[in-house]
Amino acid sequence: MKGNEAMAEAAIRAGCRHFFGYPITPQTEVAAYMSKKMPKIGGTYLQAESEIAAINMVLGAASAGVRAMTSSSSPGISLKTEGISYIAGSDLPCLIVNVERGGPGLGGIQPAQSDYWQATRALGHGDFHVLVFAPSNVQEVVDLVFLAYDLAEKYRMPSLLLSDGLLGQMMEPVSFPDPVEKTAEKPWAACGHQNKRPHNIINSLYLKADQLERTVVERFARYAQVEANEQRCQQYLCDDADYIIVAFGATSRVSQSAVDTLREQGIKAGLLRPVTLWPFPKDAIRAHIPHVKGFLSVEMSMGQMVDDVRLAVEGKAPVGFFGRTGGVIPKPSEVVEAVRKMAGGDR
Amino acid sequence: MAIVYQKSKMLTDAPLHYCPGCTHGIIHKLVAESLEELAVGGKTVGVAPVGCSVMAYDYFACDMVEAPHGRAPAIATGLKRALPDGVIFTYQGDGDLAAIGTAETVHAATRGENITIIFVNNAIYGMTGGQMAPTTLPGQVTQTTPYGRDVTTAGFPVRVCEMLATLSGVAYAERVSVDTVPNIRKAKAAIKKAFETQIAKKGFSIVEVLSTCPTNWGLTPEEALEWLRNNMMPYYPLGVYQDRTGNEKGVF
Amino acid sequence: MKDWNLVFAGFGGQGILFAGKVTAYAGMMEGREVSWLPSYGPEMRGGTANCSVCLAGRPIGSPLVLEPDALVVMNNPSYDKFIGTVAPGGVAVIDSALVDRKTDRSDITALYIPATRLAQENGIGKLANLIMLGALWKATGFATLESLEAAIQKVVPPSKQELVELNMKAIRLGIETAK
Repeated sequence: MKGNEAMAEAAIRAGCRHFFGYPITPQTEVAAYMSKKMPKIGGTYLQAESEIAAINMVLGAASAGVRAMTSSSSPGISLKTEGISYIAGSDLPCLIVNVERGGPGLGGIQPAQSDYWQATRALGHGDFHVLVFAPSNVQEVVDLVFLAYDLAEKYRMPSLLLSDGLLGQMMEPVSFPDPVEKTAEKPWAACGHQNKRPHNIINSLYLKADQLERTVVERFARYAQVEANEQRCQQYLCDDADYIIVAFGATSRVSQSAVDTLREQGIKAGLLRPVTLWPFPKDAIRAHIPHVKGFLSVEMSMGQMVDDVRLAVEGKAPVGFFGRTGGVIPKPSEVVEAVRKMAGGDR
Repeated sequence: MAIVYQKSKMLTDAPLHYCPGCTHGIIHKLVAESLEELAVGGKTVGVAPVGCSVMAYDYFACDMVEAPHGRAPAIATGLKRALPDGVIFTYQGDGDLAAIGTAETVHAATRGENITIIFVNNAIYGMTGGQMAPTTLPGQVTQTTPYGRDVTTAGFPVRVCEMLATLSGVAYAERVSVDTVPNIRKAKAAIKKAFETQIAKKGFSIVEVLSTCPTNWGLTPEEALEWLRNNMMPYYPLGVYQDRTGNEKGVF
Repeated sequence: MKDWNLVFAGFGGQGILFAGKVTAYAGMMEGREVSWLPSYGPEMRGGTANCSVCLAGRPIGSPLVLEPDALVVMNNPSYDKFIGTVAPGGVAVIDSALVDRKTDRSDITALYIPATRLAQENGIGKLANLIMLGALWKATGFATLESLEAAIQKVVPPSKQELVELNMKAIRLGIETAK
């Protein structure tokens, strides 16, 4: 199944019955799949007038307590950031998908990872975080959709699934978990009080500075729990590695091939693949500081995640970067070369 | 002693923050009374805008969602799709609905989205201190049209009901005013009819309410009502602009 | 001249911000460092309004006054909010026509000036703010009287210079009352 279609099917099985989108390449298959499936199962597929409207429809549906979703690609996510900030400020759970393409501006439509900063730091104005998941294969797309909804509801915050054009277009075998029959109770939802409880207000406005501060501080206490409990990554041959490549999504697959080649050449390389980009798996990275000679961040960008690797390492080990951008996917041989260079050139 | 009048149960006891002489309070009351009389308060979710009525979520005793500027119709759409049997309304001002939220307004209308919009038109941005609105009249002086709205540079005011009436999804569009007691009665009837249109699932309904802003118009409340009659009503004539509620299936 | 950190507080529409502005300009007329910082809220009318004013002989650090040397207060909510913040040894000028409370603080000087009533009785209904300012001047001497008059000329728009004399009348009434 194609990554984009698997994502859509996974969302439906995870209980999503409300999808709001706007056409943009390369996420088109998600919307097309939803438009075919939703009417048959009594769900909503709605093609909105804009990305901005789509994210606000998600805000509305999430306010009512249902599992809502929107998907887009890089330029569309920029438009959605207003709504994402309000969703975070209103403590609403939802699923947002970014099938990344090259930027800035219209950029290109080939796969990229140059929205890393946006995804982890700049999904809108204000003090807030969004859960960010980075699958690297189609099965993981499916699994992370389920997890993204569960954690979004647990911590009452939006989840972003960061895919890319490569993963979206790629076909791989996949198996689906059992459909979710019932999602968490949402006593906070604005779904009509039926004259049985006081009225619920979904709101992000706090005009008194101390009140807003209290609200944000409370939210950051939740974020601290997320950082403590939800850092996820996958490690490949890291335990004895001299050089650890840090890469997510499509570049992690390229990097895994590179690790194999490097091992064959006698260089002890490993791969640490962040599955959550926020919270960033800094604890796992830190654990390797005593035995590594260096970390290399490999990305499809000019170097964005490398900042988080440096922050995790806190200057206690060398951190290098290798990347291609604009929609160009790095070759395993280029990654091998970058590690060898870090190791002191050909030996 | 017999009770001859009491505040609608659909309003909370929170004191309104509106300026003296502002007609938002009257319009809140009409919306609340309509919801109460239709006995739908328990399944109603309202959407507050950005603008003077931003804190409407504190005043209506139904579930409420506060929207980003202009996005209330999109949020109402999301709510309605999740709660198809609920009563969903937005309460929006002219800047929110007819400038930054024009796309959301037009497309909710043309989809025949089963929601009700209460549109308060006072020809000015109130909360930010009286700047030109999309409905500011030609020649009208505001903070950002200090020489009067010059249509050669600032364009013309938007007539929302007339524009929306051309769309096939609109079941009911009426413009009313709250400047006199008879007009307030008519406004109430229109608001109630708009909610009835939604409850009968006949499509999109909007009531535009001509309203005053004594503070930013620089007039006393009485002068402001007079100004509304003399200046707004000729440009924004009262009346029904679309009514497809007679059809059994409304717009569909 | 002594440094002054001042707070003016009341309802929007009472001329609270105007009185603060005149004070800051008076300091500026003397070449002192000054700052005027208004609070702002969503309400256009009827909300509370206040401003911090600093007059100093050296560059001003924080323009936000949290412990004023003197407070001018013209309504109950502002009185409740600010009376406890006046620095020990400081001054509170209270419009007793609108504020129905009296402070039990013995470490500050409280002046009760029925400014709003005096303004109405003297046919200068909208100038209670400047009666209060006159009383503040009498109690603190935050600038010279000449600077204060020059400040009023400066703050009153050129098109309304005929109001300068009326403003000064209100100031003098405040000074008299505070004696």
